[in-house]
Amino acid sequence: MEPALLSPAAYKFFHIPTALFALLIPLVGMCAFAYIMKRRIDPLLKAAPDNRFDRILVRLWTVAKIWLAQWRQPRYRMAGVIHIFIFAGFLVLSIRSTTLVIIGFWESFTFPGFNGALGHVYNVFKDYAATWVLIACVVAAIRRGIFRPERYAVPAHYGKDHTGEAVFVLALISTLMISESLFEATLAAAQIQQLQPAEFVAPGTLAWLFRNVLIDEPIAKLQSMHITAYFIHDLTFFFFLCFLPLGKHFHVITSLFNVFFMRLERGNVKPVKHGVSDDQLDDLESFGVKKFEDFTWKHMLDFYSCADCGRCSDNCPANAVKRPLSPRFISIKGRDYAFANYPLGGANVVKDDAYQLIGDIYSEDEIWSCTTCGACEQECPLGIEYIDKIVDLRRGMVDEGNVPQSLQKPLGALEKRGNPWGKMEKKRSEWVKEIAEEVPVKLFEKGATADTLYFVDSISSYDDRMQGIAQATARILSKAGIDFGILGKLEKDSGNEVRRFGEEMLFQDLKAQNTEAILEAGVKRIVTADPHAYNALRKDYENLPPVEHISELIRKEIESGRLPLTAANGDGKVYTYHDPCYLGRHNQLYEDPRRVLDAIPGLTRVEMSRSGDRSFCCGGGGLMLFYEPEEEQRMGVLRVDMAAKAGANMIVTACPFCLVNIEDAIKVAGLEGKMEAIDLCELVVQHLAA
Amino acid sequence: MEILVCVKRVPDTSENEIELNGAGNDIDRDDLVYSVNEWDNYAVEEALQIVDKVGGSVTVISVGDDESEEVLRREMAMGADKGILLSDDAFENVDGRGIATILKAAVEKGNYDLIFTGAQADDGAAQVGGMLAAMLDVPFASLVNTIEVNGDKLKIGREIEGGNQEMYEIGLPCVLSIQTGINEPRYVGIRGIRKVASVEIPTLGAADLGLDAAALGASAARVQRTDYFLPEMGDGAEILEGSTEEIIDKLVELLKAKGGLK
Repeated sequence: MEPALLSPAAYKFFHIPTALFALLIPLVGMCAFAYIMKRRIDPLLKAAPDNRFDRILVRLWTVAKIWLAQWRQPRYRMAGVIHIFIFAGFLVLSIRSTTLVIIGFWESFTFPGFNGALGHVYNVFKDYAATWVLIACVVAAIRRGIFRPERYAVPAHYGKDHTGEAVFVLALISTLMISESLFEATLAAAQIQQLQPAEFVAPGTLAWLFRNVLIDEPIAKLQSMHITAYFIHDLTFFFFLCFLPLGKHFHVITSLFNVFFMRLERGNVKPVKHGVSDDQLDDLESFGVKKFEDFTWKHMLDFYSCADCGRCSDNCPANAVKRPLSPRFISIKGRDYAFANYPLGGANVVKDDAYQLIGDIYSEDEIWSCTTCGACEQECPLGIEYIDKIVDLRRGMVDEGNVPQSLQKPLGALEKRGNPWGKMEKKRSEWVKEIAEEVPVKLFEKGATADTLYFVDSISSYDDRMQGIAQATARILSKAGIDFGILGKLEKDSGNEVRRFGEEMLFQDLKAQNTEAILEAGVKRIVTADPHAYNALRKDYENLPPVEHISELIRKEIESGRLPLTAANGDGKVYTYHDPCYLGRHNQLYEDPRRVLDAIPGLTRVEMSRSGDRSFCCGGGGLMLFYEPEEEQRMGVLRVDMAAKAGANMIVTACPFCLVNIEDAIKVAGLEGKMEAIDLCELVVQHLAA
Repeated sequence: MEILVCVKRVPDTSENEIELNGAGNDIDRDDLVYSVNEWDNYAVEEALQIVDKVGGSVTVISVGDDESEEVLRREMAMGADKGILLSDDAFENVDGRGIATILKAAVEKGNYDLIFTGAQADDGAAQVGGMLAAMLDVPFASLVNTIEVNGDKLKIGREIEGGNQEMYEIGLPCVLSIQTGINEPRYVGIRGIRKVASVEIPTLGAADLGLDAAALGASAARVQRTDYFLPEMGDGAEILEGSTEEIIDKLVELLKAKGGLK
């Protein structure tokens, strides 16, 4: 039986078999693609090492959840749903696309396994897929081109707007869908005309629509449309393939890998160089990232994978207060730099030694502005990391002596006195004197022993206001009957920010001193009320007894009945809990403080819209308190406004730095008397039954 | 340009609580942390920046004991090429003139185009720079806050009252005492210091410098400290209350009354 239409494999265009083109186009396309990919991989081969092949099963699970199931996409509902449709459509259509390429020169090819019933089912499914992809693209294009959501905007100093590129790609995808459907529809229409068995075309789909429109067209027209549609698809497909690595749609190729290799732990910081242990650090020539090739290959892959979606910057507190930092542009600038210096047509650009990333594509303030809150990494659907890059860039600046004057003083003080204010070691335990009569606090520095170490850390030890947290914590521990002590003058700053601000060797020094003191004290567990200390002790220190945050302990003691609480006195106070970055996002501790608050009978609690892993950074802790940023507003003020918007007049925090920043912000925002901040421990002490 | 920068190890005023000792004749030095004198640090940074531009080398020098080596090493970690320690029992408790004498002997052993001192030390009298210049018979400028090299002359700026600036031309060799704020000193961390941990710092004593020990020391000092005390506390500060307008009015009144405004 004569086929209703000649396939591309059989057709002749002015006596030239079109099968030839169907063979040439993929050949040329694949070669071009291979070359482009080779050029893109080149910088990664020169990059610093990275350790991403551990815990394979966990990585596979991460791929299943974040890549395949698009777990993070719905956090922005409209964009997320559109993307899920397009992504799912791509996965479904991948088989069809492959088949299409091959049948251009090999007419009877079917994808292995798709010969029989599965093939027919698939055909129905793929028709719907193509349709929903087209609809999604149209909606997306209208959204990008007309409604223009804020987060896609490109501030002038970062260059031209990216909407053109976005809409262009949507047009390419739409072309693929339309041409594929036309290819199918023309054949189906011809087969029906010729009263031949036609492939079932699912109703309501694009192909179905085209078939019905074309049902009465002359065969010759259907034939030429059939072939034309094929080659439009073929050319567009390979053009698109080669276009992917040229811009933000590189993520289509790299996303699977980027998610597979993404970081599995939170709150930790990469070593100065993978493969170089702490005691080998002194032998390294250079610390940190100074030139592009100092980045690890995964970080370069991150640059490639950025889809320019702006979700990171949309959640970045530094960006919100108009500091010169926008995480999205860290990636975009890095990517563009890689493209420019490893060009497709031409040799690698060789920079002289004096060339540094800082000052050229990144500014110093841009890098110092980051509070390491982790909101960007939490949000990114592609598993792009920022904190490690910022830390590495800071390490590079510190290595070159390029540290803002405002930070040099506290760093010097940390080196000499173990705390950023330069206060004397022997005064570290002064706060115990005030409560000594009611709450005896053992001092390991004096040779006492105890089961539990209360690691106070610098701010709660020295700051007049934050000593209140230390005292409240001590009261709670004492009331719960816990045998605890503090290191006193033997304690040094935990160094969480010291490390994250790039002063790795000073951090190592603090870590060594603290570790020695802790192990000497012979305690079985450590408890702290400072999330930065909590994070450092758990993630950056080694061989320590287990570390708990005070909220975990309080919850356990309440639930076991050892800490009975009195009721809230219903004085019109509406409480809201602010998730500290280093307790929440970095250590996944969201529930315990809330349980503690809810255990106070009659306490009215509301949630801010930005809570849990969407919590908004208060402004930062540790060394960030000393840095003088360029900003339009304080992060704390934005946060206090959020609390007011949620209907609260009491903000509860579980971090001394959050408390400092929020109390300050309440004054700056002019909300004194209308809003108050309190620490979780202080609140619990207020409600301890006698 | 061969630049010599004189640095001093001083108790760090920001990281210590300065209190009188039991005997009431000095500050309590038990729990003190020491570091390089802040003005000297600015001077070293300035020297490094000049050498970066016109070539040459920076030598740091200090009169002190073994512990002063740590300060020299820190400045070498910052970038200084050489360090020299001037240490001798005979140098203990010398006065400012004594220090200048010692430094002069060391300067004469070298060949320096330019000598920096800090404008003052945390615990000093702002005199060594001037005295050294006088002893060497070279030009001197104090409180320098900007330096430009013009061949064998320097164009310098001095900070004077009212935030004003004086500009001078000064010939080489000369001594300049450097004011804070002249630049932004680079950071030196533990890593930098470790890198220079094993570099040799020669120590020169009285004999190496050709100095008569007897001519130095406490007995030769022409200035002696007789007492050390905290001044009596006066009345506390007055905090003006009221609206911004009211406070301004009261303030203007007070300033007029006390002769601050005509």
